[in-house]
Amino acid sequence: MLDFFNIDSQLTEEERAVRDSVRRFIDERVLPIIGKCYVDGRFPKELVPEMAELGVFGANLPEEYGCAGLNNVAYGLIMQELERGDSGVRSFASVQGALAMYPIFAFGSEDQKRNWLPKMAHGEVIGCFGLTEPDFGSNPAGMITMAQEQKDGSWLLNGGKMWITNGSTAHISVVWAKTNGDKSEKSIRGFIVPTNTKGFKARDQKGKLSLRASDTSELVFEDVHLPNDAILPKSGGLKSPLMCLTQARYGISWGAIGAAMACFEEAVSYSKNRVMFDRPIGSFQLQQERLADMLSEITKAQLVSLHLGRLKDSGKYTPQQVSLAKRNNVNMATDIAREARRLLGAVGILAEYSAMRHMANLESVYTYEGTHDVHTLILGQAVTGMSAFN
Amino acid sequence: MKIAVCIKRTPDSETRFRIGGTASAIDETGVKFDMDDFASYAVEVALQNKEKAGSGEVVVFAVGPDSVQETLRKAMSMGADRAVQLKTDAVPFDGLAVAKALAAEIKAGGFDLVLFGKHAFDTSAGVVGTAVAELLDLPCVTAASKLEIANGRGTARRELEGAAELVEFPLPAVVTIDEGIARPRYPSLKGIMAAKKKPLETKPAQLGQSRVVVTSMALPPDRPPGRILGEGTAAVPELVKLLQTEAKVL
Amino acid sequence: MGNILVFAETRGGELRKIAGEAVTVARRLADASGGGEVHAVVAGPPGVGQRAEALGRFGADAILAIEHPALTSFARETIAATIAARAKTGGYRAVVLGFSAQGRDLGPRLAAKVNAPIASDVIDVQISGDTIIVRHPGYANKVIITLAITGSPTILSVRPSAVTAAEAPRTPRVESLAAAADPSAERVKVTQVAEGAKGRPDLADAPVIVAGGRGLKAPENFKLVEELADAFGNAAVGATRAVTDEGWRPHADQIGQTGRQVSPQLYVAVGISGAIQHLAGMRTSKTIVAINKDKEAPIFKVADYGIVGDVLEVVPALTQAVREARKGH
Repeated sequence: MLDFFNIDSQLTEEERAVRDSVRRFIDERVLPIIGKCYVDGRFPKELVPEMAELGVFGANLPEEYGCAGLNNVAYGLIMQELERGDSGVRSFASVQGALAMYPIFAFGSEDQKRNWLPKMAHGEVIGCFGLTEPDFGSNPAGMITMAQEQKDGSWLLNGGKMWITNGSTAHISVVWAKTNGDKSEKSIRGFIVPTNTKGFKARDQKGKLSLRASDTSELVFEDVHLPNDAILPKSGGLKSPLMCLTQARYGISWGAIGAAMACFEEAVSYSKNRVMFDRPIGSFQLQQERLADMLSEITKAQLVSLHLGRLKDSGKYTPQQVSLAKRNNVNMATDIAREARRLLGAVGILAEYSAMRHMANLESVYTYEGTHDVHTLILGQAVTGMSAFN
Repeated sequence: MKIAVCIKRTPDSETRFRIGGTASAIDETGVKFDMDDFASYAVEVALQNKEKAGSGEVVVFAVGPDSVQETLRKAMSMGADRAVQLKTDAVPFDGLAVAKALAAEIKAGGFDLVLFGKHAFDTSAGVVGTAVAELLDLPCVTAASKLEIANGRGTARRELEGAAELVEFPLPAVVTIDEGIARPRYPSLKGIMAAKKKPLETKPAQLGQSRVVVTSMALPPDRPPGRILGEGTAAVPELVKLLQTEAKVL
Repeated sequence: MGNILVFAETRGGELRKIAGEAVTVARRLADASGGGEVHAVVAGPPGVGQRAEALGRFGADAILAIEHPALTSFARETIAATIAARAKTGGYRAVVLGFSAQGRDLGPRLAAKVNAPIASDVIDVQISGDTIIVRHPGYANKVIITLAITGSPTILSVRPSAVTAAEAPRTPRVESLAAAADPSAERVKVTQVAEGAKGRPDLADAPVIVAGGRGLKAPENFKLVEELADAFGNAAVGATRAVTDEGWRPHADQIGQTGRQVSPQLYVAVGISGAIQHLAGMRTSKTIVAINKDKEAPIFKVADYGIVGDVLEVVPALTQAVREARKGH
């Protein structure tokens, strides 16, 4: 496997062992079926118990809640290997871990943590993250989903969310809503909503040409009645869901490397075996340039994410740093997937090969968790001090 | 049930090997090392038997320098309870020398079962396991492709040439494990974390004298290039003719 | 100068092909080290000693026969104890066995009992003063390792088919060798020997092997491989790991890095792409023929003769042609 700058030497034995375990799982259990799942538009749900057994859900959350208690570099390596399989598989784990388990861990009461986290780590309870709305994607501050506190302390939730990964298979949804008629972002709170609550509906988004091996849904809340212990007590303001996104984006910066590696390895192998004009195409200058560019970008991205992981582990990292990593790594991965597809020639359009599946998936990854453009402006503001958002 | 498993750290079997400068060893640049495949089947068999028995201990042993600790920890992350490193700078090729070190260590352990891989990928010799059995004066089944333990006795199947032998034996015993018996579980992430806390003991290896020594290594000669005779059934007559006249095998 | 002891393997009271190969190696060693005697040990029910006289053809000077009615199945502990006792007394320079299922069992036991150095699975043997030098394929046939062994006796097990049994005829004397242990005291008891496909030689012994891979598309199509093997007369049937993993063929048929390693005169690879893992098991075959529909398949790089085509069409045609070619003989 690709390690041109011997980054393995910068990993601990445990980090390598984690990476190797997940890699093996992907090779043996995911790669054989994922092309067909993608074509069929099906998330391989039957693998969830094995993924849970392996320990990939909430892997960087503490052992006392039934999680693996790994550091952030190990967590990143897990995401890398999952996405080397498929972005949809990695999205499932990102949502479960960083967007459903993490908010409960960060903003929940001790009771909520003990009640939900171990079951989620075991894959018995699947979660999803309800932030994005049909009219509020890049601008979540504008959300209209509203939770109204009742006289007895319970809540009534109305509104809807869109583009929710795991939405139709989740047992609970961590929903972010404004509260008590206050339309400012300060009133945003998080709620744990069991998806079998009356008034909660989830509808699968059909017709996707990207992330097909993933469940993407629309959620609708019609007078969904929540008990008073549904609220995440320590949540408050847009900052709360954004903190969750920062966790997920960090993992995605690693995941994109995995997708790029998969495309690169496939392209290298193909270029050595495919013969045209009596030579393997890997001996032609134009293909070598493609491969050299891919190699460079992957190596750079690996170093960005590794350093970011060490910073995160030391507690000294910023969301803007995560923006740089997500933006850079996903962008380079989309380029690599496209170039790999081109190198493969005609077979590159088949589901049997992974390049075009990654290429299509990465368009979603480019767009979600903060579009490329949004991260551009985050960095622009970080550099100049001036917001170009509106 | 107390089970000992002897494992080895060997190069990845998919490697395209090159010979090093001294022509007496492989060039290890860029070569990945991991638990030997047959040894990992043995670890899996041990874990399954401990689980079936409901209680017990699986102890893994390895001879080698400190780099072997990673391999021992991998076994512990799969579920082995503790590990012992018999430390030496370089593992000798001489299987009997290695067997003496292992036998000396395992002897007092009170093990019901001592497991080895059928052979190690690098030496491909199949000496150590059976030699340890002899040194411990234990019954030995070599290259078991099936193994069942019950009530202090074992039954195993081993492949002969064109036949299969079914055997029965009392415990304690040594068994060397062939492929096909079990797929090794991959360490769960929790297992990897738990392994860090499990005991790994290091002791000097009491190796026997090394009387079988590698003097050189070489890549096998390439076969001379062959040729494609043609396409489809039309090429069959030419093939038969060449098999008769040129290759003289028909 | 020293004598060489050989374990001449039998099954069902009959000598196996490897026995002759082991005697040849012993004969060469004896001749190269001053001309000692070759003593071939056989174990089996009464009468096996007499049948083993045939080993005189390859240079055995004496047959040491461990005969006992209970020796119808492989009594590994009895045989090991007996050979070890003999080796300790007899001033032998080396003990030679075949690297077979039996040999894998006996060799290391002998080494431990006699405290003798052992080299297994060797493909050639030379003697140079006090040192025996052997070559052995390590790293699953990917690297040829040369070993120097000091110490007498040296235990050597020989890879099947690596050495061709050679004529060195003489009339051996037959002696009885008392079992050094009671065969009924074997701790590892053989309860059953389940014979494989009747009428076909084992992969280790067969001069021709026809092997099938995924290119056959379905397990039923292995019938074509079997028919081709039958057409050759004395051929064994092998399989790739891909098809044994799928359960099309038993694991024992697998040829490859982790399966059987074979070296027949002729290897016919049917619908096999030629993964490195498989090549490691057969690349030393004298002649390799490959039939595959993909002309880029790596197997064609090691094959002496290749046919690009649909195996389901080509193999029956080849079977027919081989039958006709053999009819003329």
